[in-house]
This record gives sequence, structure tokens and C-alpha cells, in this order.
Amino acid sequence: MALNISYFAWVRERMGTAEEVVDLPADITDLTALLAWLAARDARGALAFAEPHRIRAAIDGVMAGAGAPLGEAREIALFPPVTGG
Amino acid sequence: MIRVAVQAAAIDVGAELDRHDAGGHGASASFIGRVRGDGGLTELFLEHHPVLTQAGLRDLAQVAAERWQLAALTLIHRVGAMAPGDTIVLVLASSPHRSEALAACEFLIDRLKTEVMLWKRETFEDGRAAWVEARVGDAVRAERWS
Repeated sequence: MALNISYFAWVRERMGTAEEVVDLPADITDLTALLAWLAARDARGALAFAEPHRIRAAIDGVMAGAGAPLGEAREIALFPPVTGG
Repeated sequence: MIRVAVQAAAIDVGAELDRHDAGGHGASASFIGRVRGDGGLTELFLEHHPVLTQAGLRDLAQVAAERWQLAALTLIHRVGAMAPGDTIVLVLASSPHRSEALAACEFLIDRLKTEVMLWKRETFEDGRAAWVEARVGDAVRAERWS
């Protein structure tokens, strides 16, 4: 499954890119598995996703809870807890 | 009635307040967040999402407009590089009644801090730069409104 992933703030810096298209293995069906897969993929992923509890996500434009199913998601944003205001 | 903006340009607080003055509303409450120069901070950078930051602000404004009796609502967040003293965020809520205006204003800034896709990076005079960590106290304040 082709999935667009965008990264923000220190997640973006650690990944070294703002976005990418990944070909997701069929057994990656929720956020928990996605973060573990990215962490295991390379050194940048390991650095960005070493602490998955510090990562928030939006799936197709909607904020998603920890471990949310990916379903037929086309776009996922991964980022740290927000700090605006 | 609802005006929401995410902008790199400076926020013209006076002009925004004039809009509320012109409406003849009984009460207007405001919150203005500014960049603090604590600890030798030289720049505050606000990163945002090209679509979802604006959408998040609009959703919050909609929730406030449904929850309180509001005649006008302005929610503007600046993004990009800012200097100490610059206005980061402006919330203006007007209503026939002060309690509604004040509550909506406080709700919006509390929830904005924990729900809208914005991230602060601080740069200091010694060249050090760091992303601001989310604070537990902010989450506690935001929870009060649920």
C-alpha cells in the first residue's frame, strides 16, 4: 500500500525530510506498527521514533489516537505534541 | 462572524480590535500572546501544517460559537520567525454578555495550545536552538473544558 507520510518539527529534523511516499507492508495495519516499522527501517527512523509515546498523528487530516488503525489511509502526518499559543 | 487566520505577517491587533468595536457588541474579551525574551531568546519559530493548522483553528472557533453566545470571533495565529515582543496569537471574542466573551476567549487559548498543529522552536543568543516541550499544565487546563 502506498502511503504519503509527512513529518513536522523535531520528527521532521530527525527524519531528514518533510515527506515521503512509502510502500507499506501488508501487515502494518495500525499506528503502533507503523512507528515500529519506521524505527526499524533505518538510523533516522530509529532516532525519530525511539519513543513512540512522544509521537502524535493525523490520519487523512483527522487527529488519531495512539494505536489507531490505518484503514485505507492515504496520508499520515507524524509529529510531536503541539506547542502553539 | 468568525474570522480565522494563519499568517506569516505581523498581527495588527489594533485593526482586528477595530472590527469588533465597529460591531457595537456589548462585551469583547481578548487574549494576546507575545514572544518572551527570557534566557537570551533571539528568535521564536512557529512551524505549522499547510492545511491542518488552519482547519484546527476553524474547528475550535466553531465549537466555541456553538457553546457560547458570540456575536463575533477572531482567532489569528502567526507562523514563521518571530522576535521578542511580537504577537504570536490573538483571540477576540465579542458577545452581548461579558461572561460568554471571557469564557470563549479562555477556552480558545487553552484548547489551541493542546490541539492545533503548531510547534515552537527557540533560538538563543549563544546559537543554541531547541524545540519547546509540551507542558503537562497546558493539558490539564485544556481538559477543564471537556
